[in-house]
Amino acid sequence: MMQSIAPEKTGGVGTRPGGEAPVLELDQFLDGLWKENPVFIHLLGMCPLLAVSNSVVNAITMGLATVFVLVMSNTVVSLARNLIPAQVRIAAFIMIIATFVTVAEYILQAISLEIHKALGAYVPLIVVNCIILGRAESFASRNPVLPSVLDGLGTGIGFTFAIILMGALREVLGTGSLLGIDLFGESFEPWIIMILPGGGFFVLGFLLLCVSWLHFKTPGGKQ
Amino acid sequence: MSEEKNGSADHGTSAAPPGSFKMILSLIGVASLSGILIVLVYQWTLPIIKAKKAIALRNSVFEVLPRTERMVTFRLEPDGSLAPLAGEDEKAVKFYAGYTADNRLSGVAMEARGQGFQDVIKVIYGYSPQDKNVIGMRVLESKETPGLGDKIGIDPMFLANFTDLDVRLAPSGKGLLHPIKVVKKGARQEKWQIDSITGATISSKAIGKMMNRSAAERIPIVERNLERLEKGQ
Repeated sequence: MMQSIAPEKTGGVGTRPGGEAPVLELDQFLDGLWKENPVFIHLLGMCPLLAVSNSVVNAITMGLATVFVLVMSNTVVSLARNLIPAQVRIAAFIMIIATFVTVAEYILQAISLEIHKALGAYVPLIVVNCIILGRAESFASRNPVLPSVLDGLGTGIGFTFAIILMGALREVLGTGSLLGIDLFGESFEPWIIMILPGGGFFVLGFLLLCVSWLHFKTPGGKQ
Repeated sequence: MSEEKNGSADHGTSAAPPGSFKMILSLIGVASLSGILIVLVYQWTLPIIKAKKAIALRNSVFEVLPRTERMVTFRLEPDGSLAPLAGEDEKAVKFYAGYTADNRLSGVAMEARGQGFQDVIKVIYGYSPQDKNVIGMRVLESKETPGLGDKIGIDPMFLANFTDLDVRLAPSGKGLLHPIKVVKKGARQEKWQIDSITGATISSKAIGKMMNRSAAERIPIVERNLERLEKGQ
């Protein structure tokens, strides 16, 4: 099922002659949230998803940093889409993405050293998050600015939703608290495995199972 | 790949491939704009980040030296003496002297670092020259396993080891009389022993080891320069 959807997105969106199509721009925003969720449907961005979803605070920060980079890079790529020759576009996109990631890192450090420390190497690694390059290449480079911004926002929030969901499940099971607030009291024995890397894979597998099942169930689902 | 090529045809480029000049020019353009943006953001955030780091360090000094109202940073000079450090010097070996409200030396905070389970751990600890004890310890930097090794920074039972840790110097003045020793949880008998954390033995031992090394090296320096530290200048 996963495989049957993924190519459709790139093809479908890519060939949409942006602006002229009778597609509502809002759809571009909504698609990324659920129907075309980058994590649950396309299985992109797995590395940051697994690595920093061990607590909700980390997940929110990572999600917001990704939204920022996605929206900014989509905007700039869309603005420059007619100026950059196709042959060097990937290099240019990577450069644009890397710039905004660096900007995001400095800003994050200025906002909170603690959270910056907790996220470690994963903020610079947003550069190689394939969700971002994927949206730049398959959408922003072929569409006007407004739809591109909405697309970045939708995809980014879809990623944020997924990583927060993972973070919440892992934090609740792994430490017995949510956002640092104790939920179950003394009697609860935390499942430490859940905040270790292995737990990330368990939770991800479980969530993907649920999402696939939901897609099968929904009448408008892909199958 | 072929799909991508087709896709890029609607970029508005003509059928003939553009010359290398245009390619180079566009890359140079993107790179320069990126560079300018990064420099601007760096310049804008640098003072904020520096201030935050200084505050974080200051707060930890106040935490490891109870009853401290004021602190002065000293630098280790090449001749082994301590001199107050005005401004900043990132390479210097620093000693943070804390003073109580009535201007008496409440203790000296020092940094220690060593290899942990994952990566280098950096801690700051407070030494009281009156009691010849370590009176507080905080972890400044660690990448220890969340839920296990990272307890070295938060477990109150473990941190309690460092409120009265015996670091008296040997009569010769070189090294500690009793080297700091990490023991099993609950086995602490002597004041120079540290109760380890169950499930984080390696991280606990790393802390003990780095404290032992740092204390043996730096406490003699503190004792030698005590008069100066007490005067606060």
